[in-house]
Amino acid sequence: MRPIPVYTPAFFNRGPSPLARLAFFGVLSLALLFADTRYRYLENVRQVVVAVLYPVQRGLQMPGVAFAYVTGYFGSKRELADENSMLKQELVARGPATQGFARAQDENARLRALLDMRTQYYAATSTAVQVLYSSRDPFAQKLFVDKGSNAGIVAGAGVVDENGVVGQVTRVFPFMAEVTLITDRDQAVPVQVERSAVRSVLFGNGTGRAPELRFTSPSADLRIGDRLLTSGLDGTYPPGLAVAEIVDVVRDSGQMFARIVCKPLAGIDQSEYLLVLWPSAAMPPRPEEPGAAEAAKKGGRGRGRR
Amino acid sequence: MRVLPSVGSFGPASHDEILRPAKPWFILLSLLLALVANLVPVSGTALALRPDFLALVLLYWCIQQPRFVGVGTAWVFGLLMDVGDATVFGQHALAYAVLAYGAEYFRRRVLRFPLWQQAVQVAVLLVLCALLVLLVRFVGGSTLPHWTYLEPPLIGALLWPLVSVLLQTPQRPSRSRSRN
Repeated sequence: MRPIPVYTPAFFNRGPSPLARLAFFGVLSLALLFADTRYRYLENVRQVVVAVLYPVQRGLQMPGVAFAYVTGYFGSKRELADENSMLKQELVARGPATQGFARAQDENARLRALLDMRTQYYAATSTAVQVLYSSRDPFAQKLFVDKGSNAGIVAGAGVVDENGVVGQVTRVFPFMAEVTLITDRDQAVPVQVERSAVRSVLFGNGTGRAPELRFTSPSADLRIGDRLLTSGLDGTYPPGLAVAEIVDVVRDSGQMFARIVCKPLAGIDQSEYLLVLWPSAAMPPRPEEPGAAEAAKKGGRGRGRR
Repeated sequence: MRVLPSVGSFGPASHDEILRPAKPWFILLSLLLALVANLVPVSGTALALRPDFLALVLLYWCIQQPRFVGVGTAWVFGLLMDVGDATVFGQHALAYAVLAYGAEYFRRRVLRFPLWQQAVQVAVLLVLCALLVLLVRFVGGSTLPHWTYLEPPLIGALLWPLVSVLLQTPQRPSRSRSRN
């Protein structure tokens, strides 16, 4: 008598079990995650993929763009006229300040020359960009804008709108650039309080949370309603740009530092048009820090610019 | 033949109905369309509420056609999703692989339930998938997002009946033939 075959007939053969496959692909994903977050090996792959996907994404946006164009075309004449007169009024209202600015700048330059100080650092040129869309990633506060390395935008450039600082260019692709907003967890802006000239650093706190001034002494001269301007110490943002307003100051005697909650002044994720400031080369090189070599040896993880 | 309560022409196939095999090109097309739907750039509320279409369609095919679509396919599409997202490589790949495994584990049971009860079980899987992405990002150093982070998977589960019926339509025999 022939023994009953115990092997699985080919018809039922399904290869490795789902659990084995899950283990294999799970380990593979973890390896990818590790390689990407730790060493950023995959940045080049990302560049290529984004370049390939760009036409697809622009194509997908076409219906929306066409709709906006058509509704805009048939938009009422009165609406346009209203908007036009409003913009003209705004322009006139800002006129004196602008004229005064040129004079003040001139005077400032002369005084600085008298005092033999380094000329103040201003972004020489800027590029206007339009926001394409915000990042899908719910963990990051990022925008994509419609110009990239083709328009000369470089990573690290500051981005502002009409009311204040929006963020910083963090990645540049051929036809678009990624802007990390100042509310992002990895973003920090050196600021100075307009009223009392106290310097501090504004740290983003992630999605849905207000940015804060961290490591500020409870005795620092800060009040609710104070405006924070960029201090220009980082060389990324020119000094004097509006950044945020203090909305809450909590001085708890049990804590080392005061908790200072701020509200960004720029329409962080509402503005449609932004200005990318070109970082100028006027910034002198950073002097060698005395303890830099030792710190590097210890491998302290800084909150570096990405 | 047992007379079933009428389901209407636009409803799930009854247990008596014999479905035609799904065509591989249709499976691939539906997955690609779902990927594109995920990558359409939107902003604001639409972005916060958009369900993960790819996860839904993958889940459907993992349950219906486990011989065509399994952990491996889910992983590859997860990788495409990561690439399109330009975030961290591997997060969606991992989440979708686990999702496909969950579907494999659930599939024999899920199909016995009516669609809305299936949707509840799908919700559990989708939330699990979202929490896995959250865990990956949390370990990577992100802060916890707002609770609205769980809205897209729940909306995805609400869409489950619609997605199942839509994806089943090409496999159903035409009405004229099913009458005799």
